[in-house]
Amino acid sequence: MTAAAPRYLAAGEAALVVEFGEAIDPAINRRVHDLLLAIEAARVPGVRDLVPTYRSLLVSYDPRQSTFDTLRAAIASLTDRPAGTGRTTSRIVEIPTAYGGEFGPDLAFVAAHNNLTEADVVSIHTGTDYLVYMMGFSPGFTYLGGMSERIAAPRLKTPRTAIPAGSVGIAQQQTGIYPVESPGGWQLIGRTPVSLFDPSRVPPVVVEAGDYLRFRSVPSEDYRTISRAIRDGSWSLTIREMTT
Amino acid sequence: MRAFEVIDGGMLTTVQDLGRFGFQRYGVPTSGALDQFSLRAANRLVGNAEGAACLEMTLVGPRLRFLVPATVSLTGADLGARLDGRPVPLWESIVARPGEVLSFVGPKDGVRAYLAVAGGLDVPEVLGSRSTYTRSRLGGLDGRALRTGDVLSVARDRPVVLGGALRLADRERPVYGHAHRLRVVLGPQDDRFTAEGIGTFFGSSYEVSPQSDRMGCRLTGPAIQHARGADIVSDGTAFGAVQVAGDGVPIVLLADRGTAGGYTKIATVIGPDIPRLAQAAPGDTVTFGAVTLEEAYEAVRQEDRVLASISPPRPATADASRLRKVAAVVAAVAAVPKAG
Repeated sequence: MTAAAPRYLAAGEAALVVEFGEAIDPAINRRVHDLLLAIEAARVPGVRDLVPTYRSLLVSYDPRQSTFDTLRAAIASLTDRPAGTGRTTSRIVEIPTAYGGEFGPDLAFVAAHNNLTEADVVSIHTGTDYLVYMMGFSPGFTYLGGMSERIAAPRLKTPRTAIPAGSVGIAQQQTGIYPVESPGGWQLIGRTPVSLFDPSRVPPVVVEAGDYLRFRSVPSEDYRTISRAIRDGSWSLTIREMTT
Repeated sequence: MRAFEVIDGGMLTTVQDLGRFGFQRYGVPTSGALDQFSLRAANRLVGNAEGAACLEMTLVGPRLRFLVPATVSLTGADLGARLDGRPVPLWESIVARPGEVLSFVGPKDGVRAYLAVAGGLDVPEVLGSRSTYTRSRLGGLDGRALRTGDVLSVARDRPVVLGGALRLADRERPVYGHAHRLRVVLGPQDDRFTAEGIGTFFGSSYEVSPQSDRMGCRLTGPAIQHARGADIVSDGTAFGAVQVAGDGVPIVLLADRGTAGGYTKIATVIGPDIPRLAQAAPGDTVTFGAVTLEEAYEAVRQEDRVLASISPPRPATADASRLRKVAAVVAAVAAVPKAG
């Protein structure tokens, strides 16, 4: 099946938006990430930056080196390729997470809210590969798709002023990780010792848009063991490849 | 090499260059100078590459003591610069001597001034840029605004003092005032507004809100009507995007904007007019006018021509001899018989 042609929208004289749809849908999102890879592989002249979102790709360009029309033609030739020429595997990045207790002060609330035990919540939360649809609005924040509505929970009425980096939270049907310490109103169910955003690394992140993320429950004593191992460089992430 | 020390950081003084590219996909904003014309001009005036790191100073300027002789330039807003009490000319290179203190008596025109030092400010590059993003404490000097006791260096081993002074011609120097006409290209979500809403946007005068910052310029004024709601599935944000949230009031997204957002964007301010907005003070008025992409590209070329006019004056004799050589080459090419 041939997917519908994207829309090309001007975002000023130095950026354009390639819009594949207006919905949160893994198939639409896949086209966004495939186009990003194709533009990079083709080294399209004049492109300064690429920002993938759920359903569109913002292409920043230098108007001294290219134009809207030139880029639209170049990108159209890349999107016209038949399906299946994009990537054929996806990465699943495993995130060790200590649930409950001091690391997840709201796990009990999320369980009670859904008439589940804490162990049920952990089992459901760790039972899915979450698609990283996009990153933003702030450094290293992942927009994850695919959380079960059986563990959904409302935001806190009063947001916390400081949430530790690595905190794993739930807000309505979304789940996510706070990459750096920040204020926030999500229900905190656990915490990972893995640093999701570190500007001294290139790339500064451990998961990227288009990857999948899998939470793995670890005992709270392991949180500190893994923290130490990360600091002395003797620990590495478990990453699996999945045919897609 | 140490260049100057900070006696007082002023209201918000940060190290900026032309921004951090390649990492927006990870949620890292570009940051960089809000008024890129002034930063590029400041650098050209001291012989730097256009994108070298400078200070961006906001309304209330800092007090800086020079530790070495240095060629420097001030561009952008007139914040009332003084060097050891003497008024400092803007838009031209000057020489600061060790011990001299650069201070500012108060804003006269505009909001953001830029200080370039020959050699460029030397702070570590973070993700390919020296720009400061204070919200995530990224880049610049420890990711924060300058404060008392800081010492800034330039990327040189010995003092850089240029031979001749450079200046931007008087007629090319911007005067900001308090009424700003901004050219925009419609989109990317102009189809999410009613015809009446687009009429409101172009027909109204908006006032700059005091809540404006490096993330965005908030405006107050007539509400712009949406056709089918203000919310969209998150989409990338361009520098200068005019976002209209549910309250119908526009915000122009600037250098520290989030990389993606879930509100409709009616239009995008063209790059060459963003400096106007960077220099707009709370209470100033802003109006919008539509241009085509072609007109926007021409405005970019025009801005580049103005910047290219900042160049060292060449000795007349050298110019004459170069002209003679060019004339000889032209004559030789013309003399070649055309094939076919």
